[in-house]
Amino acid sequence: MKKLVVGMGTCGLSAGARQVYEKVAELVRLHPDDAELQITGCIGMCYREPLVEVREGGRRIIYGDVTPERAEEIFTRHIIGSEVIDEYVAYRLDPDGTPGGTELEFMVPQQRIVLRNCGTIDPESLAEYEEAGGYQGARQALGEMTPEGIIEQIKASGLRGRGGAGFPTGLKWSFAAKNPGTIKYVVCNADEGDPGAFMDRSVLEGDPHAVLEGMVICARAIGARYGYIYCRAEYPLAIKRLTIALEAARKRGCLGEDIFGTGFDFDIKIKQGAGAFVCGEETALFASIEGERGMPRIRPPFPAEKGLWQKPTNNNNVETYANVPWIIVQGAQAYADYGTEKSRGTKVFALAGKVLRGGLAEVPMGTTIHDLVYKIGGGIKEGREFKAVQMGGPSGGCIPRELSDTPVDFESIPQTGAIMGSGGMVVLDDSTCMVEMARFFLDFTQKESCGKCTFCRIGTLRMLEILERITKGEGQAEDVERLGQLANQIKEASLCGLGQTAPNPVLTTLKYYGHEYEAHIHEHVCPAKSCEALVDFFIDADKCVGCTLCAKNCPVDAIAGKPKEVHIIDNEKCVKCSRCITSCNYGAVYKN
Amino acid sequence: MAARAEPFAYRLWRYDGAPGELIPLLQSAQDHFGYIPRRAIKYISEVTRIPESTIYGVITFYSQFRLQPMGKHVVRVCDGTACHVSGAKMLIDTVQDELGIEVGDTTEDGLFTLFTVACLGCCSLAPVMMLNDETHGRLTAAAVRKLLRAYRRREAQQTTVPAAAGVPDSRG
Repeated sequence: MKKLVVGMGTCGLSAGARQVYEKVAELVRLHPDDAELQITGCIGMCYREPLVEVREGGRRIIYGDVTPERAEEIFTRHIIGSEVIDEYVAYRLDPDGTPGGTELEFMVPQQRIVLRNCGTIDPESLAEYEEAGGYQGARQALGEMTPEGIIEQIKASGLRGRGGAGFPTGLKWSFAAKNPGTIKYVVCNADEGDPGAFMDRSVLEGDPHAVLEGMVICARAIGARYGYIYCRAEYPLAIKRLTIALEAARKRGCLGEDIFGTGFDFDIKIKQGAGAFVCGEETALFASIEGERGMPRIRPPFPAEKGLWQKPTNNNNVETYANVPWIIVQGAQAYADYGTEKSRGTKVFALAGKVLRGGLAEVPMGTTIHDLVYKIGGGIKEGREFKAVQMGGPSGGCIPRELSDTPVDFESIPQTGAIMGSGGMVVLDDSTCMVEMARFFLDFTQKESCGKCTFCRIGTLRMLEILERITKGEGQAEDVERLGQLANQIKEASLCGLGQTAPNPVLTTLKYYGHEYEAHIHEHVCPAKSCEALVDFFIDADKCVGCTLCAKNCPVDAIAGKPKEVHIIDNEKCVKCSRCITSCNYGAVYKN
Repeated sequence: MAARAEPFAYRLWRYDGAPGELIPLLQSAQDHFGYIPRRAIKYISEVTRIPESTIYGVITFYSQFRLQPMGKHVVRVCDGTACHVSGAKMLIDTVQDELGIEVGDTTEDGLFTLFTVACLGCCSLAPVMMLNDETHGRLTAAAVRKLLRAYRRREAQQTTVPAAAGVPDSRG
């Protein structure tokens, strides 16, 4: 019997997977002998969502851009008629492992370790996870290995924290393990706050048990009894699937008391975040779990000594834990074979922005930015020019096209002034203004600063004010120098990562795109034609149908034109409110 | 939201002094009332013995908590990096214009509240917005207006039918 699999991650759902699922479910009810229905998480090809896969005898056919109508066609022709509809196939895998389909370039260069089960198994079924080799690592770690043995293996694999800082995981575990004390905690940081990053969401939605298993192994290694997963509230589906996974794991004896009959006890609680970016910082995260305002605490003492509730704590992020079971089962060497000398293994990247194929890609460390953007990402949308890639979110920076041969690893990226971060990669094209980009991130960090350190609280606001006036064409000659000064002061005098890295977006854009700042300040020109105060609005005569909507919505009567004739904007009268752009149903209004 | 099934009163009753319960209590209060009213802070303070001022401090720290009632439908436009470079501003402008409110406000009829959020994690489908618990991707100005108008129409139909039958509008 054939199996119909619908991708139901948040990205699939927002592209319309719910309607597709309902259609398919209805068809399966009518033809129960022809196919069975299953859901799965994100396979990574977000740009082709909604995705529907047909599985039969080891062959996988994944259809892209499925609408309810297309789903019906697939059902009639493929499920009932056994005919593969080649024109809709995004990716296929034959029983002998030969790949095919239009998305070969996206899928083939990938090496899936963290995403090994994402988009393959039903995330709400423990049985499927076990069938795919799940909980083997935990069984091995609890049954046959000593805590020291586990830590040695993680150390030998070269795994480094995937949250951004890249601290060696095995070493971190050994610190928590060494600390005496009967109560210790294992914490999983699932507060993926960086705008532009969605790796952890996909893992939690697509393979929640992998994270739980990684935490069980860690608990055994450091001797912890309790664990917490701190997940952000903006991910309701991830929280739901984690809750299901926890219950199933407890029932099956993979979690709770006497796990696998080995006498080892460990249980996990989910804590839901309440919307504060700074809680991604580990000491702030502990404060939030404790029910307080999520403000960072001074280190040392480090969490391995005094973490959650002043007890020894090990904190890693979602992706780090998801790597652990694979390393235990396949061996440290198998993992260390991937990547570069100092950055071993693979890394999941979230490709988004102006890239043609946006989605999740897991590649060996050391892959170049160029390969990620052009080979996997397929280049830039609408044939525009690649300008830069933003890495590391508000703590990171923009790496210009000239440096696109930089390998992505923990050593090379910081040399550009950006940071590795958690893996968000937002690709920018020539229509993005870099000053406005810096303003955007400062606006974010300024709002999210918890207010504890003066330089972060007030300094970021001063930087934002300067950037705002530059983007309005009101910049002053000394502004660039002022920005540099403020940046250094904020970096020096902030307690936690948020403040220490907040000026990075400004520093990297100043370094590589200083001329754009100069153009805004001295010539009152936005080279990317993006800053509204510095551009004029026009109507594309080829697209305008003369519906008069823009003219009706214009608050200052700056738009002239008769019905069914091309409209014209009077830029003398225009106040640049953008209402014409938002009211046009034909995308005819543009800025220049 | 889906993961917290236990009602506020039950949670409060069940509270046994275990540390770290304040935020979950506030979350269930917000689930129950739609926001955190003054009296909920008082209840929580009485049960947990945490001073009201401390609770207020926690509420105002986290962006999820609201001290004012929200509209029946909550619009959250994503302004993450990917959405920002793919037209989030156009989306925000459109929603503001369509609803006649600014970010953070509620429409006069109490139907819609508009927020922006830092990132919904659907970056490949930018620009994105969430209407209640549903995420909508690859939006255009026209699509947003259509979506909001569909909600408006549905509401208009629901409120006129009971009114015609002489039943008072139950929505407080």
